[in-house]
Amino acid sequence: MPAAVTEIIIVISPLFLIGLTAKVKALWAGRKGAPVLQPYYDFFKLLGKGEVISTTTSPVFRIAPSIGIAATFVALMVTPIPIFGSFIHFEGDFVLFAYLLGLAKFLMVLGALDTGSSFEGMGASREVTYSTIVETAFFIVIGSLALLTRHFSFESIFASVNLSSGYSPLVKILLVVSLFIMLLAEGSRVPVDDPTTHLELTMIHEVMVLDYSGPDLAFVQYAASLKMTVIAILIADLFLPSSVPLMVACVLSAAIVALVFVSVGVVESLIARSRISHIPQFLFLMTTLALTSFAVVAFFLFGVIK
Amino acid sequence: MSWLEIRNLQTVAVGEIPVLPIEEIRQQIIDRIAKGNRLVQFFGDRHAGNIPVYAVLADDESSRLYVASSVLKDEKSFTSMTPEVPAAHLFEREFYEEFGIEPVGHPWLKPLRKGIPGIDLSENQYGFFSMKGEEVHEVGIGPIHAGVIEPGHFRFSCHGEKVYQLEIKLGFQHRGVEELFVRNGSRPIYLEKLAESVAGDTVIGHAGGFIRAYEALAGIVVPRRAKMIRTVALELERIAVHLGDLSALSGDVAYLTGNSVFGALRTKVINTTMAICGNRFGRGLMKLGGVDFDITAGLRDRVLNTIDKLEAEVALASEVFFSSASVLERFETTGVVSKETASAIGMVGPAARASGVPVDVRSDHPFGGFEFLPVHKLTLPGGDVFSRAYIRFIEIQQSMKIIREQLVGLADGQIIQTTGSLRPGRLVISLTEGWRGEIAYVLITDSEAKIRKVKIKDPSFNNWFALSLAVRGEGISDFPLCNKSFDLSYSGFDL
Repeated sequence: MPAAVTEIIIVISPLFLIGLTAKVKALWAGRKGAPVLQPYYDFFKLLGKGEVISTTTSPVFRIAPSIGIAATFVALMVTPIPIFGSFIHFEGDFVLFAYLLGLAKFLMVLGALDTGSSFEGMGASREVTYSTIVETAFFIVIGSLALLTRHFSFESIFASVNLSSGYSPLVKILLVVSLFIMLLAEGSRVPVDDPTTHLELTMIHEVMVLDYSGPDLAFVQYAASLKMTVIAILIADLFLPSSVPLMVACVLSAAIVALVFVSVGVVESLIARSRISHIPQFLFLMTTLALTSFAVVAFFLFGVIK
Repeated sequence: MSWLEIRNLQTVAVGEIPVLPIEEIRQQIIDRIAKGNRLVQFFGDRHAGNIPVYAVLADDESSRLYVASSVLKDEKSFTSMTPEVPAAHLFEREFYEEFGIEPVGHPWLKPLRKGIPGIDLSENQYGFFSMKGEEVHEVGIGPIHAGVIEPGHFRFSCHGEKVYQLEIKLGFQHRGVEELFVRNGSRPIYLEKLAESVAGDTVIGHAGGFIRAYEALAGIVVPRRAKMIRTVALELERIAVHLGDLSALSGDVAYLTGNSVFGALRTKVINTTMAICGNRFGRGLMKLGGVDFDITAGLRDRVLNTIDKLEAEVALASEVFFSSASVLERFETTGVVSKETASAIGMVGPAARASGVPVDVRSDHPFGGFEFLPVHKLTLPGGDVFSRAYIRFIEIQQSMKIIREQLVGLADGQIIQTTGSLRPGRLVISLTEGWRGEIAYVLITDSEAKIRKVKIKDPSFNNWFALSLAVRGEGISDFPLCNKSFDLSYSGFDL
């Protein structure tokens, strides 16, 4: 029962978290900003609206947002929630996780290409390019954790990982930073993408969804924030010390997830967006950090460093 | 025959202007440009069944302007000078569009605003430059844009993310401003308002440019106090727009702090303009013969006080902004226009100065308050987005200094003096350094002392082509940033 309640809270929370990021940015900019709950109003407003669908599109364009949101939901069910674990778990489930996110992205890319717009084609090409880098790095992140714990399911990896002794704080920092980079990339945030721009030529994710309106747009936006939340939960998994009382653990992980979204807002307030041609360099930082942590784990386990 | 030598705002009888054959004008323009002159105007007129053509060149070092004319009647064509003088490119296209006389040998003879018989302005007919190849793709943007901005169409030929060529098509806002000036020549209030509206972001600049030309033709002696108040307003406009541009440049690279801080500072400046004349953009201030609003002693202290505070705040904001690594990464080496290119295509204003070309009408051809308080020219060597951003910062500081000088030494006396009337058969050239660069007005009166011709050149006319060149070889995602670094006017171009 508590697990189900947690899951429901997680499903509801992404829009609040996005609102939190927006609020942080507004405060940095010296503005009052929209209410933190604004994304909910927007979401329900969009659900109540009609849709305009380009006549050049095929059914792929129509179904992409629905499949995208469904795939992200299933990815959430695979994600280990701190303390409670995951709904679905089996050996190698993190591969399913990665490809559920991949499926959602693949359909969004198809939907974008389906419109025939040169802008959306450009956005799709950028999205795919950066995804290839992030996906590889993600597997290295999980790989180093699997190596450390000798487990191959998401849930058991995070249930048995203990990153508070010996060399493991180093691994923890490396992995948390690389997951944070993944969150910025997958969530289309600064410095990878600029979620607030109106300049089509500079967009990545936003330009791919230019043709969506009404409920489909609501799905797309919700799925994007849910994806960020899922990655933030992975970060919370790494941070949460084992053996704390249930209530403390709940509050602590919620606080960590919120803190991640606040950090996104702070990053967006303080740095400019990268040049498109330099974004791969930033993303390869994630690969480098992941590889380093993998190497550290490997060296310790195989006794190269004593 | 040599050209007539005059100065900014000096009137001449139309009959005094030497008349040369058009081919000789062409040759002399080519020769003089090679010697360092600058093409300011090249336009035609309709008069007594003929088409008189006027050419205006500037020698910035000696503060002289040179005028010559030619009379065309039945000619169907003349030899284009654009291959030798790239700066003449748009002037010749404009001339062809208006009179149908073809500059033979022009490399890119297409309509500018209204269309040409045979080539209309529709998408399919316009004949955009295009590239062929497996992986080459075209991206078209506009004329309707995502933001609240003016209409213009941009056609990119790209290979992946890289831009090979950009063609810009404007003219969507053609309102016939020049004709409106002529048609309403006898209604001074209408003329003042019209001049303020030529380009909505350059109210003081355009109003000043037209009004000074009119005053020169009418022999109106503007009181010194009015000249100084106008100069203060012009510099406030410059500071406000430059701050707005720095804010927008920050926005384009998603640098939130700069976006909000510079935006807030701009508000303080336009509110100062409002304290002077009741309108944040300076509308209603400029009048034929002077200004409509005085700066009292109390107001003067208030403005000086605001400027003092603002100076420290701008310095602090700029220090943070121009030392932010993530901002510099976007700005530096992006959208470079070399000094050679800039002077060849006749760029003006801060964009030209950021490429190292020393052109500044305030110092080259002083007008208004700059006649007695000279201005130093500022240039930067880079020619990239960084230089175009940084020159705005140093020009803001310079403008604050100018405002202080003008206000501290504010002359006593009247603020408006309207005695005078237009004289027949005369021509005047009025150059103004608006915040975007050189605004050139040419006014000609007919034998009945009515305005016969008004020729306007907004600095955007010189600089749009520079934007096309700046984005060549850049990533297409950097186009908005390059575009904002020039911040050109559509309506000023379309007229």
